[in-house]
Amino acid sequence: MKQWFKHIMASGELFIWGCGAGLSLSLLMIAGLLVLILINGFGYFWPADLVELTLKDGKHVIGQLAGEDLSPKGDRRIRMKIGNRDLYGLDFRWINGEQIVEQTKPVDLVMVERREWGNFYGRLRTLVKEDQTVAEGADAVWHALPSLLQDAYSSESESPYSMLVVDANGKEKSLTLSQVIRVFRPNDLSTLEKVWVYVGNVWTVLTTEPREANTEGGIFPAIFGTVMMVMIMSLIVTPFGVIGALYLREYARQGVIVRTVRIAVNNLAGVPSIVFGVFGLGFFVYGVGGTIDALWFSDRLPTPTFGTGGILWASLTLALLTVPVVIVSTEEGLSAVPREYREGSIGLGATKWETMWKVVLPTALPGILTGLILAMARAAGEVAPLMLTGVVKLAPALPIDGTWPFFHLDRKFMHLGFHIYDVGFQSPNVEAAKPMVYVTTLVLILVVVTLNLTGIILRNRMRRKYAGSTV
Amino acid sequence: MLDQQYEVLSHVPPPAPASSSQKVKSMESSASKVSPQPNAHVTPKLRVQDFNFFYGPVQSLFKIDLEIPEHQVTAFIGPSGCGKSTLLRCMNRLNDLIEGARYEGGILLDDLDIFNPLIDITDLRKRVGMVFQKSNPFPKSIHENVAYGPRLQGLKNRVVLEEIVERSLRGAGLWEEVKDRLHKSALGLSGGQQQRLCIARALAVKPDVLLMDEPCSALDPIATAVIEELLFSLKKELTVVIVTHNMQQAARVSDQTAFMYLGQLVEFGRTKQLFTNPSKKQTEDYITGRFG
Repeated sequence: MKQWFKHIMASGELFIWGCGAGLSLSLLMIAGLLVLILINGFGYFWPADLVELTLKDGKHVIGQLAGEDLSPKGDRRIRMKIGNRDLYGLDFRWINGEQIVEQTKPVDLVMVERREWGNFYGRLRTLVKEDQTVAEGADAVWHALPSLLQDAYSSESESPYSMLVVDANGKEKSLTLSQVIRVFRPNDLSTLEKVWVYVGNVWTVLTTEPREANTEGGIFPAIFGTVMMVMIMSLIVTPFGVIGALYLREYARQGVIVRTVRIAVNNLAGVPSIVFGVFGLGFFVYGVGGTIDALWFSDRLPTPTFGTGGILWASLTLALLTVPVVIVSTEEGLSAVPREYREGSIGLGATKWETMWKVVLPTALPGILTGLILAMARAAGEVAPLMLTGVVKLAPALPIDGTWPFFHLDRKFMHLGFHIYDVGFQSPNVEAAKPMVYVTTLVLILVVVTLNLTGIILRNRMRRKYAGSTV
Repeated sequence: MLDQQYEVLSHVPPPAPASSSQKVKSMESSASKVSPQPNAHVTPKLRVQDFNFFYGPVQSLFKIDLEIPEHQVTAFIGPSGCGKSTLLRCMNRLNDLIEGARYEGGILLDDLDIFNPLIDITDLRKRVGMVFQKSNPFPKSIHENVAYGPRLQGLKNRVVLEEIVERSLRGAGLWEEVKDRLHKSALGLSGGQQQRLCIARALAVKPDVLLMDEPCSALDPIATAVIEELLFSLKKELTVVIVTHNMQQAARVSDQTAFMYLGQLVEFGRTKQLFTNPSKKQTEDYITGRFG
């Protein structure tokens, strides 16, 4: 037995298994998280069927099933999204299973996407043009609607048409067509049509602006803001990080001071990001921005131009946050450049700077790109410092547009990470906004993955360019 | 290693014991100091004068005096750590890169003191090229590698650059092998080709002197033979100084040989002379493989 134990310990198999188990566990957790986000994020776009329930007390409920569980008493209960916030004040409702008499999916149920008050679930009744009834009955209205909605959507002025809709229990509600974005009958859609609606929904989310306190509509400004901020940050952090590393590794006299600086730089990477946020607010926004305002935009004061949060300050703050990462990996890249390259270049009559610029830096480029990839990944996911330096809840005006000077780096912007926080925890209607949180998370992950993949592909191409057998 | 060395020298007739001891005696009496000019009729290209070199507190070269003749191949031999590479690297001041390096005495290239603070060091390195032990082509294309030196001098004309690249690659005997892949990565070449590319790269700046630091130690015998062949054509154009561990190589390729030991120049003379009839006991011991 003792022999056996000794053998196991000596062979190290136990530790290999332990390492394998640890890795598997981590991978499992990541995969689980991703699957959760993917299911919920992608599920959001699917046009679910509308269900009409008949309850014991004779009342009806129309809505989408949103899960079921056991009540504290142990009864089965169903959660439904009933919409019609203007009528009920709530989006969701719990219904006890025993109360349900009948559950049907009538074809004539419609889901109306509105600009206000969220979705309406119910039936179409009449279509009215300035007090004149144009169409009556669910089917007639349904067939008349598409062209009218198209007109209402494209025209600037208020649509003269309005439609009368009823909820499950016959309560009437009049909607002008200008308020309506889309009407469709989910129960009447074939699978193919549902896929089409699904694609349309995805497109809408990716390209339009948010509505209703960010809980509805799209997240385009947030995607744009995130990507643009990361880009600006990369543009700033790369030269600074590379120059810093180059000096530390190649020019500075190696000694106590350089060692101290290196330790300080490494520790900088561990400083909580909110601290960088506070620094950014104090230094960039109030200090630098305030000075710029006082010198060049004094005519607009007290309204600040640069003396308030903006995408430039946020990018600078994040650049500060990520510069240690770039310095560390650039230094590693530089130290991996063989001494023979340097000697070869110097032996040919190159100065040290020429050697750096033409041989060492190009060879170290993959290392530099690794640093940049890590920096981008960190920056894209950072929220806390942005809240202090320029991110806002809603900023439909993008930092790039058609008016001179096209780049408006002083503008505030939206950010996916902050959007998650805002929609998920600051919205008045948290339950209804939950799918939006998943969608935003999914998009943020996709943005980070895309940015990283771009960097990785670039790096691999560079490595291939320099690769080759040495023998 | 020992076997190899015996084998090499098996063709050298061992001197008769009696005459050998006699000779050593006579040499010791007549030439206790190594003559810096074994052949006075040839113009010296490089003159090392009373040269001491220190890495920090450690002295690694002691009072070196020698003259390297023009258009000849001069080999430095000696056991590891004897200072032969250090001396070579002093000749284009590559040791300047090492922190704590210090020297006394002088090295003259023609009549130019290479340690004169007023000279342009990059200019010196253009005149005194270097090929290293480990082939070190830059991770660029073959063309870029050879054009690197001329480009540093500000040459931008594409046609002229192409001419230089072709001439240098021909000079290094590599042109025929790579002319179709000039714009492919140099790291895709074989070890011997890479080393010849490094020679071509050095030739591109038209140096007067080519320093080679064990250029064949990482190569197989065939690639070594190609490079040795090359040395014969190279010495028509320039002066070659080669450091080698391989005594056969020194015997085959060099006109002059310097034997160094523990930072001292033990013996310097015509290669034939030094290998067949060494004047110092240490040299004889080394080339017959009794130590080193």
